[in-house]
Amino acid sequence: MARSSLAVTEVSISPKAGIGAALAVLVLIALALAAVVSRAELGGGLGPADWAAVRFTVVQAAISAFVSVLLAIPVARALARRRFFGRGALVTLLGAPFILPVIVAVLGLLAVFGRSGWLNDVLGALGLPGVSIYGFHGVVLAHVFFNLPLATRLLLQGWQGIPAERFRLCAQLRLSPRAVLRAVELPMLAQVVPGALALVFVICLTSFAVALTLGGGPRATTIELAIYQAFRFDFDLGRAALLSVVQLVLAGGMALAALWLVPVLRVGGGLDRAMLRWDARGGLQLLGDGLVIVLAALFLLVPLAAVVWRGLLGLGQMPGEVYAAAITSVWVAMASIAVMLVLALPMAGWIAGRAGGSVEAVGLLGLSASPLMIGTGWFIVINPYADPFDFALAVTVLVNAMMALPFALRILVPPMRDAVAQYGRLSAMLGVRGWRLWWVLLLPRLRAQIGFAAGLSGALSMGDLGVIALFADPERVTLPLQMVRLMGAYRMDAAAGAALLLLTLSLGIFWICDKGGRWRAET
Amino acid sequence: MKYLTFATAILAATAAFAETPELTVYTYDSFVSDWGPGPGIEGAFEEVCACDLKLVGLGDGAALLARLKLEGARSDADVVMGLDTSLIAAAMETGLFAQTAVEAEYTLPVAWSDPVFAPYDWGYFAFVHNKDLTPPANFRELGESDVSIVIQDPRSSTPGLGLLMWVKAAYGDEAPAIWEAMSDNVVTVTKGWSEAYGLFLEGEADMVLSYTTSPAYHLIAEQDDSKAAASFDEGHYMQIEVLGKLAGTDQPELADMFMNFMVSQAAQAILPTTNWMYPAVMPAAGLPEGFETLMVPQKALIIAHDEVTAVREEALAEWLAALSQ
Repeated sequence: MARSSLAVTEVSISPKAGIGAALAVLVLIALALAAVVSRAELGGGLGPADWAAVRFTVVQAAISAFVSVLLAIPVARALARRRFFGRGALVTLLGAPFILPVIVAVLGLLAVFGRSGWLNDVLGALGLPGVSIYGFHGVVLAHVFFNLPLATRLLLQGWQGIPAERFRLCAQLRLSPRAVLRAVELPMLAQVVPGALALVFVICLTSFAVALTLGGGPRATTIELAIYQAFRFDFDLGRAALLSVVQLVLAGGMALAALWLVPVLRVGGGLDRAMLRWDARGGLQLLGDGLVIVLAALFLLVPLAAVVWRGLLGLGQMPGEVYAAAITSVWVAMASIAVMLVLALPMAGWIAGRAGGSVEAVGLLGLSASPLMIGTGWFIVINPYADPFDFALAVTVLVNAMMALPFALRILVPPMRDAVAQYGRLSAMLGVRGWRLWWVLLLPRLRAQIGFAAGLSGALSMGDLGVIALFADPERVTLPLQMVRLMGAYRMDAAAGAALLLLTLSLGIFWICDKGGRWRAET
Repeated sequence: MKYLTFATAILAATAAFAETPELTVYTYDSFVSDWGPGPGIEGAFEEVCACDLKLVGLGDGAALLARLKLEGARSDADVVMGLDTSLIAAAMETGLFAQTAVEAEYTLPVAWSDPVFAPYDWGYFAFVHNKDLTPPANFRELGESDVSIVIQDPRSSTPGLGLLMWVKAAYGDEAPAIWEAMSDNVVTVTKGWSEAYGLFLEGEADMVLSYTTSPAYHLIAEQDDSKAAASFDEGHYMQIEVLGKLAGTDQPELADMFMNFMVSQAAQAILPTTNWMYPAVMPAAGLPEGFETLMVPQKALIIAHDEVTAVREEALAEWLAALSQ
C-alpha cells in the first residue's frame, strides 16, 4: 500500500484525465438512467408478459452458462492433456467468437441447425423428425456456441496453471486418471468454474441479437428484446424505462458479483504448452480426448464454414445498400475505437497508479448497463431538443466504446502497471511528465496492448446490433442491421453475402489494429 | 450549432428551389419490395405528379404507427400507407393525421366513410398451406392438431393484429382458451408478414397466417397451384388497408393527389397482382384471371370501429399471457 502510493507521487501520470474519463462514462450512463427513471411508470408495474421476459432471461442465461461450462470441462481437459497438429490454431480459434459478430454466427447456426439446414437434411435422410432452432433451445444453442469457447479458454488457463510437478508426482504415485481428477483437477475446477459460470451468465443476461433473431415470440423474449419491443412496437417509453431499470438491477448486480468471481482473462501466450500427463496415456483416454476435441471443433467450425460457403455464393446478389451500410459500419467502428482509447488510456493510467481497482468497476458498469437502456435514455434526453435519429450513429459509437471499455481496461492496466513500476522513477527524475510521459514512455511500451484493445473494440463495434436497432432508419443503417433486414425479407443469399463481408471486415479491423500495434515493437 | 442551423437552412433552401418536389410515403416492407406494388405505383404516380415519390418501407403495418409516434410531429413523412381498420382508432388518437377529401366508387364489402383515411385494398385473413396438407376446419381443430403455424406479432404487424381480432370476433370470452390450445402449434412469431411468409415458403411451418388471396400470387406469378387458403367455419376476419395524410406534411396538395391516385383506376389495376389483395374500387377490367379460383369465406367477420381499441387492448393482453407461458 505504502509503496504504491509512493509510486503515485513519483510517477506523475496525472489522475485528472483518468478521473475525467471515468466521470464521463458515469455521466453518460447516469443521465440515461435518470432519463429512463423519470419516465418509468413505477406505479404501472410489469405485466405478466414482462415477468415472463424476466423469467426467460434468467432461466436461459442460467442454462446457457451451465451447459457452456459443463461442455467446456472435457474440451479444456482434452486440450490441456494433448499436443497435436493444429492445436495452436484451435486454441486461437477459441478466441474468435469474441470478435465474431453475433448476427453472422446466427446465420451460420441457421444454415446448420435450421429447418432446411444441414442437420435436418441428415435427420430427414435417416427418417428422423427434424429439429427447430426457434425459441428457447435455439437461444441456448446460440449462447453455447458463443460461450463454450470462452469457458474453455478460462478453464484451460486453470489447467495450465497447475504446476507440472503435481502431475509428475501423480505419476510417481501411479494414480489412476480418476484419482488425478479427484486429487488435482477437481480442486482447480472448484476455483475456476464459479467465475466462468458467472461471466457467461452475465453475458447471456444482456443478450439481444440472438433473442431478436431466434426467439420465438412472447415465449422467448429477453428483457433487452422486451425493451426494444416496448420502444419500437408500442412506443411505450414508460414500460421501456421500467424494463431498463429491471435490467440494470439484474445485470448490474450480477456483474458486480461476478467481478469478485471472474478469473482475469489472459489474452495470449501460455496456452500453447501441453503438459506431460503420464496418467492420460491409456488408449481409452486418448480416444475420449480425441473425440471431444473433434466434436468441439466441428461444433465451432461447421457454422463458420457455412457462413463462408453460403457467403461466397451470395456475394454477387448483394444490393447496393449493403456496401453503403458497410462503409457506415467502418466509420462507426473507427470512431468507437477512437472514443474507447480516449476513455480507456487515461483510466488505465489512473488505475495503474493506484492499488485498488475501483475504476475498473466503472468500466464493468459499461458492460452491464444495457445498450438498449442507454439508447432509450438518450432518446428521451435528446427528443425534446432535436431529432434523435440524427444522433443514432453518435450514440451507437459511444455505446460501442463503452461496451469495449471493460475488456480494454483488463488488457491495458497490467502492462501500464509494469511500465510505471519499471520506468516511473527514471521518468520522474528526468522530469518527464504530462503528455510527454505518455508520448515517450507509456504509448511506445503499450503499443501491442493498445493495438489489441483497439482491434477488439473495432471488431465488437463492427458486429454490434443493439442501439442501432432502436434508432433504425432506412438511411442510417449499419451492416449488421442491413443483414437482419435481408434475413427479414428472406433474401438469405444476399444476407449470407453480407455476413461474409461483415465477418471479413470484423476480422480485418482486428487484424490490422493488432498487427499494427505489434509491428516493429520491441516488446 | 450555428453551423448546423446554417447548413440546414441551405439544404432547406435548395430543396425548396429544386425542380421536383418530393413526396415521402411510409409503408410496409412488402409494398416496396421488387415484386410488390411499389415500383408500379411509383412509376404510374410520377408520370402524373411531376414529383419524386419516395416510398419508405418501415417494417410491417403496426410498426408504422409506432414509428410515427416515435417521430412525432418531426416526421418527414407526408403520407402513411398500410394501416388497417384495427389501427384507425389508435392512429386518430395520435392527432398526427389530417382530413382529406377522397371520393371514389368503393366496392368494399362494407360501406366506407372516413374523413381521414382512404381504403386502397382489402382481403380476408386466412392460413395458407400446401395442398398436400388437410387443414383444420376451425381454430378449435387447429389447437387440437399438431399442425405447425407461423404467425406475426400483433404489436408490429397488421395480420398479427388481425388474427387477434379474428379469434376475438369468433370466440369472444373464450379467446384465451383458444390461444392456449394453439400456443403449442406456433413455431415462431415474426415481426412482420414478409418474415412469416418467407419462413413458410422455406418449409419451417405447415401453415402461415396470410390472406385468402395469397394463393393467387403463386398461381398467377409462379404458375404454381400447390398453395391454398384454409377455410375456417367460424368465418374469416376482414382487413381493409388504408392510407392517410399527416398533419405535419410540407406537401399537402401532393399528398391529397397521391391519396386520390391510390383509389383511381390506374393504381387499383396494379394492386391485385402486386399486393395480392382485392381492390378497393373494382377496375373496369374486373379481377385478374385466377382470382376466381380463390376460396371465398362463408362468413365475413369485422369488429366495429368504435369497439376496436378496447378489444385490441384486451385481446393483446390475453395473447401475451397465453403465449408467454
